Amino acid sequence: MSGVRVLVGTKKGAFILNSDGKRSQWEVSGPHFGGWEIYHLKGSPADPKRIYASQSSGWFGQVIQRSSDGGKTWETPGGGLTKTPDGMPAGESNKFVYEGETGTHLFYDGSSKPWKFTRVWHLEPSLQDPDTAYAGVEDAAIFRTTDGGKSWQELPGLRTHPSGARWQPGAGGMCLHTILLDQKNPGRMYVAISAAGAFRSDDGGKTWRPVTKGLKSTFLPDPTAEVGHCVHRIAMHPGRPNVLYMQKHWDVMRTNDAGESWHEVSGNLPTDFGFVIDVHAHEPETIYVIPITSDSLHYVMDGKLRVYRSKTGGNEWEALTKGLPQENCYVNVLRDAMAVDTLDPCGVYFGTSGGQVYATANAGDSWAPIVRDLPAVLSVEVQTLP
Amino acid sequence: MIRVELPYHLRTLANVGREVELEVTGAATQRAILDALEARYPMLAGTIRDHVTKDRRAFVRFFACGQDFSNEPKDAPLPQAVASGAEPFLVVGAIAGG
Repeated sequence: MSGVRVLVGTKKGAFILNSDGKRSQWEVSGPHFGGWEIYHLKGSPADPKRIYASQSSGWFGQVIQRSSDGGKTWETPGGGLTKTPDGMPAGESNKFVYEGETGTHLFYDGSSKPWKFTRVWHLEPSLQDPDTAYAGVEDAAIFRTTDGGKSWQELPGLRTHPSGARWQPGAGGMCLHTILLDQKNPGRMYVAISAAGAFRSDDGGKTWRPVTKGLKSTFLPDPTAEVGHCVHRIAMHPGRPNVLYMQKHWDVMRTNDAGESWHEVSGNLPTDFGFVIDVHAHEPETIYVIPITSDSLHYVMDGKLRVYRSKTGGNEWEALTKGLPQENCYVNVLRDAMAVDTLDPCGVYFGTSGGQVYATANAGDSWAPIVRDLPAVLSVEVQTLP
Repeated sequence: MIRVELPYHLRTLANVGREVELEVTGAATQRAILDALEARYPMLAGTIRDHVTKDRRAFVRFFACGQDFSNEPKDAPLPQAVASGAEPFLVVGAIAGG
């Protein structure tokens, strides 16, 4: 029988939730890396037992962890053949160094500031090779490993784009938080950066260009500028990669032409501020968002935790509330904290700043917490297992 | 043999106890001790000091013999008591954050 593994990154460690295909009973393991911030974990589509995790702390910086057994055991990559005298893995997985001159970007106060690596926000394993993965980092850049996380090399064409000097951080830092790989068009990939915008590469990450036409951000001096948009998340249905959905700082957006032009699909949402957005595994026109009150009030509206679903690819939205708290709820759901499984009916999962992970096994019609009282959730990913 | 005491999270990362012992060749300096530490426990590279500049991370401090050596030059000799192993070289995570 198939199963589901949910990978949860929190402010104080990682948790792994396992269930069979019914998705009614869950086993929780963790905390893994207790006390560390786990911004993201993600499994390899090519080998589900291979999982990468971004472990970081304000004190001790960035570490990459890797599992080859579905999250039961972990290592800092580089272990295995080479051991220290104590028999410990001789891993050095945490070296992220920008290529060449770092240049400068804009800082909050309008001054120019050199790029400085802080942490890995997002890990995106290759669709084909378990040893290849991409890392989106703060200050914004993209790195790649081809040796299972042992070493990381920057793809500098993004950071050195001529617009780079005009990029600036969002409130959470200048982070590259979204990486989308197009399985139908090898070499094509997308990234999103707060607050620079969205970029596309058609040559495997060597060169990049902004794909922001149609975005409008009123906080910018030029609301339709090429860069400077605070994109919170982009989602793609793998079977229809030219259609992308975006949750921007404000506005839910859609493109039908691989980012060449975007149009707003916020429609009847009660607020179009939010962080997450995702697509149903089997219905490319069915999408999910969780509206957040505003950029000043980072919690759900009116004390009610509501997922909004559109079955029309945007514009027409319905509130999904069954099983979700509808009073006195003031949680946030961060940009990497929603994911879907590929079972039928589709399962949707999200984690909150209050430490709950909610799931639906019927595409959103009803929800239940599958774990609660964890540390604040930073990310949720799902693996559908054979 | 030089003794180095590590903070909790680096102990768990390197899977060692509170204190590790290191053979350090030449003068006992911050740089020499951390070079030896990272050579033996490569997963600690970058967690105490920057990979490239070797500058101490902002929220890490170095104490020994009741003194704060955090802002001393990387190549300045540490007290003989550290060099002889009579006193440990303490790597400390700053009291900060939540």
